Amino acid sequence: MANKVFHVMYDDDQKLMDAARALVAKGIRVKDVFSPFPVHGLDPVIGVKRTRLAIASFMYATTGTILAIFGTWYFMIHDWPMNIGGKPSFSWIENAPAFVPVIFEFSVFCGAHGMAITYFLRNGTLPGMPASNPDPRTTDDKFVMEIVTEQNGSMSAAEIEEMIKGTDVYELSIKEY
Amino acid sequence: MTHDKLQFEVPSGVKKWSSIFMGIGLIALIGGYVVDHTEHHQYWWANILINAFFYFAVALGAMFFYALQYATEAAWSATLKRIFEAMFQYIPVGVGILLLVIAAGQLHLHHLYHWMDPNVHDINHPDYDAIIAGKKPYLSAWFFWLRMLAYAGTFIYFSRKFREWSIQEDTIGGTDLHFLQYRKGAVFLVFFAVFSSTMSWDVLMSIDTHWYSTMYGWYVFSGMWVSTMTFATLALVWLKKLGYFGNVNDSHIHDMGKWMFAISMLWSYLWFCQYMLIWYSDIPEEVTYFKERYDHYMGMMWTIFFVNFAVPFYSLIARDAKRNTKFLVRAGVIIFISHFFDFYLAVIPGTTHAHETFTVWFELGLFIGFLGLFVRMFTTALTKANLIPVKHPFLDESNHHSI
Repeated sequence: MANKVFHVMYDDDQKLMDAARALVAKGIRVKDVFSPFPVHGLDPVIGVKRTRLAIASFMYATTGTILAIFGTWYFMIHDWPMNIGGKPSFSWIENAPAFVPVIFEFSVFCGAHGMAITYFLRNGTLPGMPASNPDPRTTDDKFVMEIVTEQNGSMSAAEIEEMIKGTDVYELSIKEY
Repeated sequence: MTHDKLQFEVPSGVKKWSSIFMGIGLIALIGGYVVDHTEHHQYWWANILINAFFYFAVALGAMFFYALQYATEAAWSATLKRIFEAMFQYIPVGVGILLLVIAAGQLHLHHLYHWMDPNVHDINHPDYDAIIAGKKPYLSAWFFWLRMLAYAGTFIYFSRKFREWSIQEDTIGGTDLHFLQYRKGAVFLVFFAVFSSTMSWDVLMSIDTHWYSTMYGWYVFSGMWVSTMTFATLALVWLKKLGYFGNVNDSHIHDMGKWMFAISMLWSYLWFCQYMLIWYSDIPEEVTYFKERYDHYMGMMWTIFFVNFAVPFYSLIARDAKRNTKFLVRAGVIIFISHFFDFYLAVIPGTTHAHETFTVWFELGLFIGFLGLFVRMFTTALTKANLIPVKHPFLDESNHHSI
């Protein structure tokens, strides 16, 4: 028997949430949801693990802080000491308040860029990549839930279809792959 | 969703301890007066001013947040509004104590405010001070007291009205009172925007009369706001532990933690901006403020800054930490006390100058005394209305808050 993929479309995020809750309660495993915007509270329902992106971002930002502290010391104190506005040079700590803005900015820079690049790599959404959402309308105002028979071995395709039809479906497409 | 516990009962322990705390405060007040040998009991008065302003600020911040929730039509906090309401019931008392302390200055019982001395404005007097005399138009007695009465009147008026409308809503329901508070909340915010700044100049910044900073109003405001959010979070966690607020979920707690975190960062940002600009430009008339603190309170100043920045930053940055009440309470207690010291450092150096002998039991006793008074008024106010605004139009949305 070939594996089947169900693309269940909903026209409202609340309907999607209710459907996800109902289907998961019946033991169906939802593979993914395609949505034009983040639907609050959906992730725990369909069993998506918490992202660790925030932890990665914190580490990137900390790296940025350390680099910026080293940089300000090396450029402004060690390699070519500069006297700006009569502030004492030759000492990093005495000039530290003046370096805080650049340290802060560089931390934000590293945190934000590191996070964005990690996100792209992790999701495989680099420039020029083909779109992976099943229906272009999910970038507009529709929500698609993807269910595959492969992950729901205990149920037959007909049973799954029956349960899906019990929810407030807008459009359903079933494909074999 | 049912709200089974609407009526709050003050636990007997809290009644007992708040009375004991107030008693300790009273003993400290009297004892402190006796042992304080500074001129005009300057040190004694300065400590009363700190406590009077700090607790008043916590209450005022609660009213600001309350109005902000209405003006922005925030729904998540609807179920928590009675906590903020109970906090700002302290405003009439707080304003009263504050005005008493300042009036004592006007009657020359103390000289916390250097500019209140008429001699500094008199060009023929040996005490004449050209800088203070230049500020005469703003810091003249009649204009100062006009402002004071305007603050008192506005804050007391809104604190009573908000409470009144809010309690009416519980029986009447509908949306009329909601939209009324929405409009009045916006009006209050306009007053608050001006008054929170000018009040911080009048009450705190004018202590260091020769100095001024355009950032001061924001700095005091953010300190006030973070203390409010911290107190409200601690109160919420406590009430939840007692079995109230069954409808408050992790997401509400998380949001309160976010406020503590975010406003701590706002405060750190403003503190540092004010410090760095003054440090960098190094102009004599600006550095006086930090010079005084550098000479006598260096360790305290930097400790306050790092504690108020680093404790919330490192302990509350993680999502799980903001949802963990143990974490929130520990961080909250540190933040609250440390922000008290922030106000302490705004007052003490300019009023007692090089006087560095601290009567620790007096200061601690006074802080505890005011805490007892504040908690007593807060818990009493909580009993006087339903804990949850049962007919608030956003209540249902608030109950389903999830992030």
